[in-house]
Amino acid sequence: MAARKVVARLSQPHLLGIEPLSIEDIELVLATAQKYQTRTAHETRPVSRNDLLAGKSLVLAFFEPSTRTRISFELAADRLGMDVVNLALEASSVQKGESLLDTVKTLVAMRPDALVIRHQASGVPQFLARHTSVPILNAGDGLHEHPTQALLDALTIRDHKGRLDNLKVAILGDILHSRVARSNIHLLSKFGARIALGGPPPLVPKGFEKLAPGVTVCHELDQALAAADVVMMLRVQLERQREPLFASPAEYARHYCLTTERLARAQPDAIVMHPGPFLRGIDIAGEVADSSRSVIPHQVENGVAVRMALLELLAGGAS
Amino acid sequence: MKPLLIKNGRVVDPASKLDARRDILLEDGRLAAVEAKIERAGAEVFDAANLVVAPGFIDMHVHLREPGKESAETIQSGARAAAAGGFTAVACMPNTQPANDTALVTRYILAQAAQAGGARVYPIGAVTKNLAGEELAELESLRAAGAVAFSDDGHPVWNSRILRRALEYAAALNLAVIDHCEDPQLAAGGVMHEGDCALRLGLRGIPALAEELPVTRNVVMAALAGGHIHLAHLSTRGALEVVRRAKRAGVRVTCEVTPHHFTLTDEACREYDTRAKMNPPLRTADDVTALVEGLADGTVDAIASDHAPHTPTEKQADFESAPFGVIGLETAVALALDKLFHASKITLPRLVELFSANPARILGVEGGQLKVGAPADLTVLDLERKWTYRAAEGVSKSRNSPFDGWSFRGAAAATIVAGVLVFRR
Repeated sequence: MAARKVVARLSQPHLLGIEPLSIEDIELVLATAQKYQTRTAHETRPVSRNDLLAGKSLVLAFFEPSTRTRISFELAADRLGMDVVNLALEASSVQKGESLLDTVKTLVAMRPDALVIRHQASGVPQFLARHTSVPILNAGDGLHEHPTQALLDALTIRDHKGRLDNLKVAILGDILHSRVARSNIHLLSKFGARIALGGPPPLVPKGFEKLAPGVTVCHELDQALAAADVVMMLRVQLERQREPLFASPAEYARHYCLTTERLARAQPDAIVMHPGPFLRGIDIAGEVADSSRSVIPHQVENGVAVRMALLELLAGGAS
Repeated sequence: MKPLLIKNGRVVDPASKLDARRDILLEDGRLAAVEAKIERAGAEVFDAANLVVAPGFIDMHVHLREPGKESAETIQSGARAAAAGGFTAVACMPNTQPANDTALVTRYILAQAAQAGGARVYPIGAVTKNLAGEELAELESLRAAGAVAFSDDGHPVWNSRILRRALEYAAALNLAVIDHCEDPQLAAGGVMHEGDCALRLGLRGIPALAEELPVTRNVVMAALAGGHIHLAHLSTRGALEVVRRAKRAGVRVTCEVTPHHFTLTDEACREYDTRAKMNPPLRTADDVTALVEGLADGTVDAIASDHAPHTPTEKQADFESAPFGVIGLETAVALALDKLFHASKITLPRLVELFSANPARILGVEGGQLKVGAPADLTVLDLERKWTYRAAEGVSKSRNSPFDGWSFRGAAAATIVAGVLVFRR
């Protein structure tokens, strides 16, 4: 690949999604994250702490339940010396009927250095970014994007495969309702990966082929898995489906669960990823999740490193 | 009141196939004469040189929000916005609070309209009680009180048995049933057109099929029940194709298209812009092409704005939460002039017909043509006027327009209702 320009700043004031980022932006995040990694493919390292963002504050506003992403952001901020405030939704004015914009304007008026938002509606971070200059980090909006997940996935893939280009990546499961899939497709496509999407037809519409270059839709799981270097499984998002899109979890598992036999279709050294929380025996077989092929725990560790990098890059300016 | 003499205008009246320089005399609220040269002592003179004079434009599909939601629009502000957009009359949909499903509400609307100034207001009565789709409203009483059509707009009349009964009543009352064609199951949860753009934005889609299936049912039903069905705000190529075939087969079906649907595509939702959120949603470029073809070839009968005011607070929300609807009274005529006439897609007489003679015929109201004795309702157009629309300076109480800041070639120059100049640019 041609030499890329090395940049010191992100081209965007917010992290709203992967789609608007340049390759240089993504390289910068990954390079920054490397210094915070607690594990690579070959070694584990001590937790890295510093005072880079001491005196700065971060507000976490999760309008949708989250355990791993929220805790990952909290740890990331803590390791950089930031103060973290969690918006407790049940106690907030949202419950009293205040509009989303008014709630966020109030938060912003308290001058945090960054705002992490998760919301069940697609487009909420974009909407809020139009009304605030405080950096917004999208921690997942509806079905749209989950950029920090795609960045930590990219870091994990690079750790294990040494590259992001010239890879075949299979993304399998409930693509339609997955913001993780959309963000990963945008990111991997920018680096030239070939991306095969597989899953039940209503959950993997053909239109995904137009989302980004290099994407193919195959409803046969075996076909999607063929010669894959990376296998990304997605959770069946029962809470986002507003209608039954398959007959039963057992019926889904029979045809779309990643088993050892199915995985044999992929490259012998293919890695298996899952953004979690995963459903054992439904979207991934327990023995696959627990096998040496699985890099799921590594993804989680890289999550903290990537979020530290993003906080450094977006909240690190002079207050 | 002094007679009003409109002099030197290019008079375009499709009903009488007139397109020539004429003078028009308006007296006692009626059209008194259309002649090559009229002199009348004591008349107020309006010089229409370089302007087009047409039968009063009728927007047959608007939401005026009164009673119930006067913060977004009132009958007065809506009637005045209509006049400012070149309309001499509007027909208002019954989805108010309470709904216009009784003669009482119809009379209230007419009483408010009588004091509004601006355009005439024709109430459309509900098909079913509270627009719930379950029991027929009092259709005959609504008609007696002044309703000009029946519709549950905002919702389809989804129960085919009820639609059949409504068409039977409406046929006897000589009124149209206006259906909002939407399959509720196929459309459920959708906030924009189902397509590549929705997939990218992670927004749930409303497929074209959700419109095309009920359009198909409706024309079959109209053929059987014998009534006149009018299909509101059609937005897809497939829907127009069904109408085209039905018309060829002699079915009593008419339809309308909005300016936003013949101008914009689903790409307008790209930045999660809630001003581009309406139902039916903005479709694809191919659908826009098909709508323009339908406007040109006669498949489409009317241009209607589906003016749907919402307060800034309601629209200043994330895309999924924001309500459906855009205002359009003050931009509809300009969009038609700019995007259809000046773009050489349709002729001027065709444009005038889509705004006047056809909606008048569909609603069975007076007007729509320039014959002696007709109501003195005229729309005066300045074809070459260049101007920029600023929603914040609009007459409507609401601002939710996707055309804010757009510049146009062509505008309504004046609006005359019952011989009175109610708007002049």
